[in-house]
Amino acid sequence: MIETKQLTKSFTDGDKTTHVLKGIDFKAEQGEFIAIMGRSGAGKSTLLYQMSLLDDPTSGEIIIDGKHAHNMQSEEKTEFRLKKCGYVFQDYALLPELTTLENVVLPLLMSGSARSGEAREHMEKAEAYTRAKNALAKVKLAHRLNNLPSQLSGGEQQRVSIARAIANHPIILFADEPTANLDNESSAIVMEIFQELHKEGQTIIMVTHEEQYAKLAQKIVKIDDGKVISNIKN
Amino acid sequence: MSIILNIKIGYFLAWRQIRRANIWTTGLIVFIMVLTFLNLVVVSGILVGLIEGSIAAHHEQFTGDVILSNLDNKQYIEGSPNIISIIKNIPEVAFVTSRFSTGAVLEANYETKKDTDKANTASAQLIGINPSAEDAVTGLASHMLEGQYLVPTDYDKVLVGSFLLAQYLSFDSPDLTSLKDVYVGTKIRIKINGITREVTVKGILKSKVDNISRGLYMVDSQAKDVIGRQDGNVAQIAVKLKPGADPLKVKQTLLLAGVDKSAKVQTYIDAQPKFLKDIIATFAMLGNFLSSIGLVVSSITIFIVIFINALTRRKFIGILKGIGINGQAIEISYIFQSVFYAISGSAIGLVLVYLALVPLFKSHPIDFPFSDGILVAPLSGTLIRMGLLIFATIVAGYIPARMIVRKNTLDSILGRN
Repeated sequence: MIETKQLTKSFTDGDKTTHVLKGIDFKAEQGEFIAIMGRSGAGKSTLLYQMSLLDDPTSGEIIIDGKHAHNMQSEEKTEFRLKKCGYVFQDYALLPELTTLENVVLPLLMSGSARSGEAREHMEKAEAYTRAKNALAKVKLAHRLNNLPSQLSGGEQQRVSIARAIANHPIILFADEPTANLDNESSAIVMEIFQELHKEGQTIIMVTHEEQYAKLAQKIVKIDDGKVISNIKN
Repeated sequence: MSIILNIKIGYFLAWRQIRRANIWTTGLIVFIMVLTFLNLVVVSGILVGLIEGSIAAHHEQFTGDVILSNLDNKQYIEGSPNIISIIKNIPEVAFVTSRFSTGAVLEANYETKKDTDKANTASAQLIGINPSAEDAVTGLASHMLEGQYLVPTDYDKVLVGSFLLAQYLSFDSPDLTSLKDVYVGTKIRIKINGITREVTVKGILKSKVDNISRGLYMVDSQAKDVIGRQDGNVAQIAVKLKPGADPLKVKQTLLLAGVDKSAKVQTYIDAQPKFLKDIIATFAMLGNFLSSIGLVVSSITIFIVIFINALTRRKFIGILKGIGINGQAIEISYIFQSVFYAISGSAIGLVLVYLALVPLFKSHPIDFPFSDGILVAPLSGTLIRMGLLIFATIVAGYIPARMIVRKNTLDSILGRN
């Protein structure tokens, strides 16, 4: 499903080079739920950014669904992210001027018509809205379709973010500390959703520093100083 | 990804961003665009309008639609009565007026002048008219500042142009001589070819057409005596046509009748003084130059507005790219926003120009010494300027959006430089 080989990432600031990832070998099979843990600055978020094609690694390989993703051009990566990946950001990353439904339907509109061609545009548009509503129903926000993000609680915003990520049926769902900004109750709801998705066969890779939520994953990969230090099945 | 899809997504994003933006911010940007549009259209329109006002006055108050004048080597139009008869038989002609004209020296205060005093004189053009015919063609009676208009029975009475009187001459020029202490009822002397005649000022004319404001008007039957011409040959014949008639066609008819053998035949456009035509060209150029500056300023304004907007939304642009929205769609969304600002501003500007400013300037022209300035804004020219503004705005909106969209996706999301 997704694999990295000898993945490195360095940042250069003037004469100083910081090696954040130092040859990471990582593998996730289809349907797996993996939690990546590590102390602050260990490189766990950086690893997630490389695997999710949001950033370019310094060296190494990223293979997603059999494709060598690290060689893709920027436009190709954008389209790949649109069609194959879902993201849940720590700070929800919703667009403030779009309603709940519009936030979720936007990537569907982008990908739906592109896949089907202009002739089927209207059907695709209707289908996109149906799928967006279904995704919001799945995270129990069917009653909040026309609210702006500013009118939602943090937990609700994160659930919209999850709905947006799963609406397009991605092959991998990436989540970067999805409960970091939430209270216990909201965090529990979010993790329940992740577990349900996992049960339905969704591949999930989640970065977290909270052990209680990491334990809900199938596997915990611990990173320290840019290297994988353990890979434990729960 | 197809361009059409990117346009649709761009529109989806732009419309929602505009609709849910702060209304005061949007209002301010649109207001700037309105001012820019007005700057583009009104500045050059007023500059050209100053001269257009002068030309219109010259047309309406002096030349009429077609004017015939003496040939350069003659003092009058030979066979004037015959020519007037030809003119009156042309179906398009509504009214005709003929004018005797000659140079004269006016003198005032001669009764109180001491031998050592300099004579109070002024040079003027004496114009003999049929009062009712002249009024029908040029509306001369409507330019009375003081006193009364002439009637055919007026004997030794004149109308004096206000620029011949010191109290109405707002500027002091050594080239312009004027009469002091001359009012309605004052007696003045007219000297023509050694003949002196005393006349009474019946009225004072005020117009921004020099020929009127520096003219001395007298009933034609009297003027013939003063000038010494009894053959009925006049110096000018001004013709007013029926509404919708083509002056050029009437000119052609007169030329075909051979009138050009004894008179210069001109439409009101031909008769425009050359300096006015030159000023129009210069003012139009100046107007375009000022408009260009306005266009650059508006482009920079939109650039800054969109750049700040895109910069403050950099994180969201990063998120859009992160969730797979094509960069081109994001750029297009900013172009749509720029177009919205430009079209909104221009539309309000159009309404202001055509429903408020043009009628306002028409009813309350700008009072310039040489013309009543109006606002000239032909629709075709205005639409071209509007197109230029929209184009400049698109470019000014696209460049900053592209600059931000091209930044690294993750750097944008995390706010890293």
